[in-house]
Amino acid sequence: MEERKHLIELWDICKVYKMGDSEVRANDGISFTIDDGEMVAIVGKSGSGKSTIMNIIGALDVPTSGCYCLNGIDVSKMNDNQLAEIRNKQIGFIFQQYNLLPKMNLLGNVELPLLYAGIGENKRSELAMKSLKRVGLGDKWKNRPNQLSGGQQQRVSIARALAGNPSLILADEPTGALDSRTSKEVLDFLKELNEEGNTIVIITHDNSIALEAKRVIKIHDGKVSFDGHVEEYRKLVV
Amino acid sequence: MKISQAVKMAFSSLAGNKMRSFLTMLGMIIGVSAVIAMMSIMDGMIGYTMDSFGGMGASQITVNLTSQTDTRQLSDDEVYKFLEENPDYFVEVSPCVTMMQSLRNEHESLDNKSVSGVSEAYAAMEEDEIGEGRFLSYLDVEKRNKVCVIGTYIADQLYNDVGVLGSNLKIGSDTYKIVGIMEEQEDSEENSADDCVYIPYTTAARASGNARISTYYFQMKSTDASDASQDVLENFLYSVFHDSDMYTVINMASLLDMMDDMVGMMENILVGIAAISLLVAGIGIMNIMLVSVSERTREIGIRKSLGAKKRDIRYQFAIEAATVSTLGGIIGILLGGLLTTVLGNLVGIDCSPSMSAIGISFGVSAGIGLLFGFLPANKAANLNPIDALRNE
Repeated sequence: MEERKHLIELWDICKVYKMGDSEVRANDGISFTIDDGEMVAIVGKSGSGKSTIMNIIGALDVPTSGCYCLNGIDVSKMNDNQLAEIRNKQIGFIFQQYNLLPKMNLLGNVELPLLYAGIGENKRSELAMKSLKRVGLGDKWKNRPNQLSGGQQQRVSIARALAGNPSLILADEPTGALDSRTSKEVLDFLKELNEEGNTIVIITHDNSIALEAKRVIKIHDGKVSFDGHVEEYRKLVV
Repeated sequence: MKISQAVKMAFSSLAGNKMRSFLTMLGMIIGVSAVIAMMSIMDGMIGYTMDSFGGMGASQITVNLTSQTDTRQLSDDEVYKFLEENPDYFVEVSPCVTMMQSLRNEHESLDNKSVSGVSEAYAAMEEDEIGEGRFLSYLDVEKRNKVCVIGTYIADQLYNDVGVLGSNLKIGSDTYKIVGIMEEQEDSEENSADDCVYIPYTTAARASGNARISTYYFQMKSTDASDASQDVLENFLYSVFHDSDMYTVINMASLLDMMDDMVGMMENILVGIAAISLLVAGIGIMNIMLVSVSERTREIGIRKSLGAKKRDIRYQFAIEAATVSTLGGIIGILLGGLLTTVLGNLVGIDCSPSMSAIGISFGVSAGIGLLFGFLPANKAANLNPIDALRNE
């Protein structure tokens, strides 16, 4: 097996929320690594701590203790502005609710991460347009998000995630709001992106979605309860 | 993020919610237009008042001799002598004897009209022009001629402007010959400058039965030396009367100075009112921006998840607030200008929007937007992206 670079390294991640007097340990010592070019599903029931680990991987939050390195950079001690920089340059988010800005056209939406990266206007629209074309919506760039179907909107959010050429694409329940046919389209598209070398992490509660990935990490009660190849996981759940 | 980008973003956001943007601006629009209209009309009125005061002769000093006794009195000859001795301060003097008389000719009569006995220098001192005929002459004064010069209102009322010159006019019980008509100044209206009758002061003094003249108008050589001129005059009067209660000296120039001070004070008060109204508008903007931040929590979350830093969000909302208030300020300026012209025409005063008012309100409205936008913008900037994203 060829030597692969660790893209994500999580060492003993703990996240503790204070709820009044009691403490809730959402993540209780999670460690795993994800390599460049992998397609991983992080699966878990609601309340398992998978959203917490997603927030940490997505640089939206920092762990209470433990170490998180993304691309060899320690993210776990960063301040708000540094985290924003990481989100902007390293991570492309895909959300369940698409999270497009309704008052902007598609191009404007896809341009957003480039805007915050400080890329000039011309270069910005060129890159955004390229990304929109990549998801097959280049001709609709003037439309508003609400003029599109759910599947199309999710493709716009994928285009937005791709626009900044991030090292990680983080998809939070990407098919949660879609019917089964468009779900498959979106998943196929994510696989295609993975084939092209993009690292993709899908967060889901749905085992059938998780089975589309190549590797599955199951979170249970804030701990990793399974980490292995998708075929092993298939044997476990079927 | 560049400022042009932020302004563009602010405009598209405002355009996305036109009704609210307009209502937010309304406070600013009303505030600014009221301030501009108020200040401009005030300026116009002040200009108007100053003009009419100026018409009364800014370079004049009026002396009223309130009481004269046999031992302490001042004759017109003494006053003329004083004038000749002080050529550095005064150029002219006109005694003035005013009485209320009825005016009559063969057809018409007017009761209770003010008749002024003045010298031949009076018209020039007041900068009044003669319309027809001539003004009183030195000879008229010297010989106590029964001649008179009347204003256009009197000419109009008594003669319908026909054959006025040379006609006889009965003032009280004496008959005077009309030798001149003053040029029309104020549309020949009653109690205006056109409602006047001038006769030689010597004639008037005799007619009124009071040989002592109690009022003098002095024309100063220069208004720059108005205080010094007043001092010279007061010293002279004191040397005659030895009691400052026996005369009053009214200096138009110092009155104008006082007016200036009062106007300045009034303008300060107006600026205060303006500041309050703009403050209220600013608080309105802050309120709406706070609501807007709560409503757009999700948008903020999305932007932050895509890499917007605190300062990017703060910048966005602050610029948006500044854009609303500046836009409101600009509309307010236009409306205020319109209001000034319309109201000015209505009141009949010549006023144009004052440049200082426009400058102040524009600057203040933009500043207020930034100031009151800061709190909401900070609130937005400090939102936690996870909570903001979860917000429905």
